[in-house]
Amino acid sequence: MIVEKTRKALEALFPQPEQEESSAEKIEPSEQEEAEQKEETPRQNGIIERDYSVHGYHLDVQVDPAQLYVAVKIIDELDYFIESITGVDWIKENQMEVIYDFSRYDFDLCRVVIRTRIDREDPKLPTITPIYAGANWHERETHDFFGIKFEGHPHLIPLLLPEDADFHPLLKDFKA
Amino acid sequence: MSVPIRLQPDETFILNVGPQHPATHGVLRVKMEMDGEYIVSAETVIGYIHRMHEKMGEIKTYPQFYMNLSRMDYLGALGYSHGHVLLIEKAAGIEVPERAEYIRAITVELNRIASHLFWFGAFVMDLGGFSPLMYALQDREYILDMLERITGSRLTYSYYRFGGLYNDIDDQFIESVKKFIPRMRKSLKKYHKLVTGNIIFRKRLEGNAILSKETCRKYGASSAVARGSGINYDVRRNEPYSVYPEFNFDIPVYHECDSMARYKVRMDEIEQSLRIIEQGIAKLPDGPIMPKKAPKIIKPPKGDYYQAVETARGNFGIRLVSDGTKNPYRLKLRSPTYSNMHLFDETCTGLLIMDALAFMGSLDLVIPEIDR
Amino acid sequence: MELTLLNVVIAVTIAIGFAALNAAYLVWAERRGAGRIQNRPGPNINGPLGLLQPPLDGIKLMAKQLIIPGGADKALFIAAPVLAMAPAIVSFVTLPFSDTIIAHNLNIGVLAIFAFASLGGISLLFAGWSSRNKYAVMSSVRAVSQAIAYEIPMLVTVITVVLITGTMNLMEIVEAQKGGIWNWYFFPFTSGLYNPLMTMSFLIFFICALAETNRAPFDLGEAESELVAGFHTEYGSMGFGLFFMGEYANIVIGSCLTTLLFLGGWDAPLPVLSFIPGVVWFLIKIYLIIATIIWIRWTFPRTTIYGLLNLSWKILIPLSLFNLLLTAGLLKVV
Repeated sequence: MIVEKTRKALEALFPQPEQEESSAEKIEPSEQEEAEQKEETPRQNGIIERDYSVHGYHLDVQVDPAQLYVAVKIIDELDYFIESITGVDWIKENQMEVIYDFSRYDFDLCRVVIRTRIDREDPKLPTITPIYAGANWHERETHDFFGIKFEGHPHLIPLLLPEDADFHPLLKDFKA
Repeated sequence: MSVPIRLQPDETFILNVGPQHPATHGVLRVKMEMDGEYIVSAETVIGYIHRMHEKMGEIKTYPQFYMNLSRMDYLGALGYSHGHVLLIEKAAGIEVPERAEYIRAITVELNRIASHLFWFGAFVMDLGGFSPLMYALQDREYILDMLERITGSRLTYSYYRFGGLYNDIDDQFIESVKKFIPRMRKSLKKYHKLVTGNIIFRKRLEGNAILSKETCRKYGASSAVARGSGINYDVRRNEPYSVYPEFNFDIPVYHECDSMARYKVRMDEIEQSLRIIEQGIAKLPDGPIMPKKAPKIIKPPKGDYYQAVETARGNFGIRLVSDGTKNPYRLKLRSPTYSNMHLFDETCTGLLIMDALAFMGSLDLVIPEIDR
Repeated sequence: MELTLLNVVIAVTIAIGFAALNAAYLVWAERRGAGRIQNRPGPNINGPLGLLQPPLDGIKLMAKQLIIPGGADKALFIAAPVLAMAPAIVSFVTLPFSDTIIAHNLNIGVLAIFAFASLGGISLLFAGWSSRNKYAVMSSVRAVSQAIAYEIPMLVTVITVVLITGTMNLMEIVEAQKGGIWNWYFFPFTSGLYNPLMTMSFLIFFICALAETNRAPFDLGEAESELVAGFHTEYGSMGFGLFFMGEYANIVIGSCLTTLLFLGGWDAPLPVLSFIPGVVWFLIKIYLIIATIIWIRWTFPRTTIYGLLNLSWKILIPLSLFNLLLTAGLLKVV
């Protein structure tokens, strides 16, 4: 099963996989509980296996920005294709979340979500365009909407917004 | 991306294809660096009709935003609406009556045929043959008429509701669909005779713009672009949703990786959609089209949700981050043509401009859907 | 016929009238024909069957402002459309319509027409270059390379015919084909020659005529889905109108030549039918060819530029040269 395989491969990123996993799984059965947990303390980096029929994806991986490149590399080696990249502005926590979606072409269904949290004041992330050429536009779009700087991106100019746009409309404190 | 051999600046010239150009079918601009008729490098510039649907998604409530989805892709609008309602139903836990799902599948497939027909006509027109467009539009007209009776609109449908449908189908609709299927099959034969076998058409498309599997994966291509490159990927099969598991249909896959393969995939898909519609009409259960207790105000519980559907243009994904209020916290629309179009820059390098534009036609672009 | 000033004026006037009328009404025929092919009526509002459409279009075009783009080469920009139309009109002077209807019977009629026709290529080059538009330049380069590529096989096939008849006078070429369909030069075993490849020569000539007049499927010069409108992208008003009329006048010339060289001119297909005046037969033949050209345009997609040039240099030129050799050999033997 590819879910297991991917999970195994990604667990290498987290120093104490046993602990992380068990805590994640304990929360899993009840959605409510997990949500509450999230509110109290921000989620720890790690892998959570989600219920596909509820969430629409299988593996939910939160990584440190520094680990992002490695994590995506692992995903690439397992023949995933890139679906999209997007951001979420968590203004209350003064953080920004960038979400990478990956899926597979074969019938061994597994959707992987890699998310990473960065500081809202100085949003910077390494680019993944060397791994996935298709990330180019997605990263530019995320830069347009959230102002996240993808370091090493070959051509980080506004894509969907006008060429001279200096605003980021999807930030929660954006006023038109 | 491989760096092409740099010619001196005075050896090449920049050609702006678009934003107003007959081949781009909308406001899309491709900045091409040309060496005579050959493309040295290309940069696609999009965003001319960007409408910030995702921001609208945040400031509107769920039912209010529903209308926007059909404005994304004006040719295959129902597929996008379908994705949205499926996502919200999944997130908010709304049960959908079986009859409603069947009718959704039937109408989505009809819409897919309409979209493919329009693409067929426009694609052949890109190659300089004007007449097939008129035939294709004639057949598309039957579909639009049928859908207009049921949904109330011809292009930007708002037919589905969270939990069901706005309107039940009637016998007249079923009759007209039953009449339409053999007529469409006949026209498909006509198209194959008129276009597919044409020697000029084949010479132009066979071997044009080879797209490897690996390129498709790196860019996340879907729909006929991936299936023409030998990738057996269709969300209806890989991630069954709605009532598609009930139907017996094939996913056409071609391994030539050229524009002809992409063309053939779409033409075969029309036939497969007809099969789905046929089975849908035959199996159509009786019952209500809306659940008994559909919630008035939709408030999905906290969390994030993802739903992918196969629209006429490919793998459309929609991600919802809910904070438990009646507005989404974040709504991401992953449009298929966005990824498909992204391939263009890399693939058209080194091609003649006319081959590159034939390739662009084979990608089946709908610009508002790229720009969102 | 004497070459007096009055004669020339009358001849040129008639030629212009015929060319303009044909050009205008071919547009109408083309649109109606396209309509028939595409299950729609075509222009049918103005006048009976839409017959008033062409003059009204002409008035509309003339009423429009002539815009010369900034940075364009003015002299060439204005000269180009005139140069597109003028040779077409002059060619009509030497084209015989029957054994009596001819403005001026030149002994080198064939040569004169081809000399005028090759001016057409220059007009496209002028138009493309002077417009100062990248699409226009690309298109004119295409058009010229196409003109060069297709003039060669066309002339070689014409030489074949000239070799058989031994004259460049169009009247005499037609005279040589008199006596029914089996004497026409498109017929494989034309009496007196027995060359089986003449049909192929006829087809080569027809294909070249299509390519020379920039018609689909060889309309690469104005491939609207790639080069917007090609060399006349920047032209509006009557400048565009002249290009348009020039194109149709060239189609008429092309089909006239095909008729004269290969289809027996004004000769009746069967000697029994020769009570019908020759000019009627001639017009029937040229309009049949024009109908075929229109039919081809609305059924075929466009070729590619390399496909087009390959067809000429790799297939048509060798074949036409081969037929020239064969004809010369047969003439020696028979």
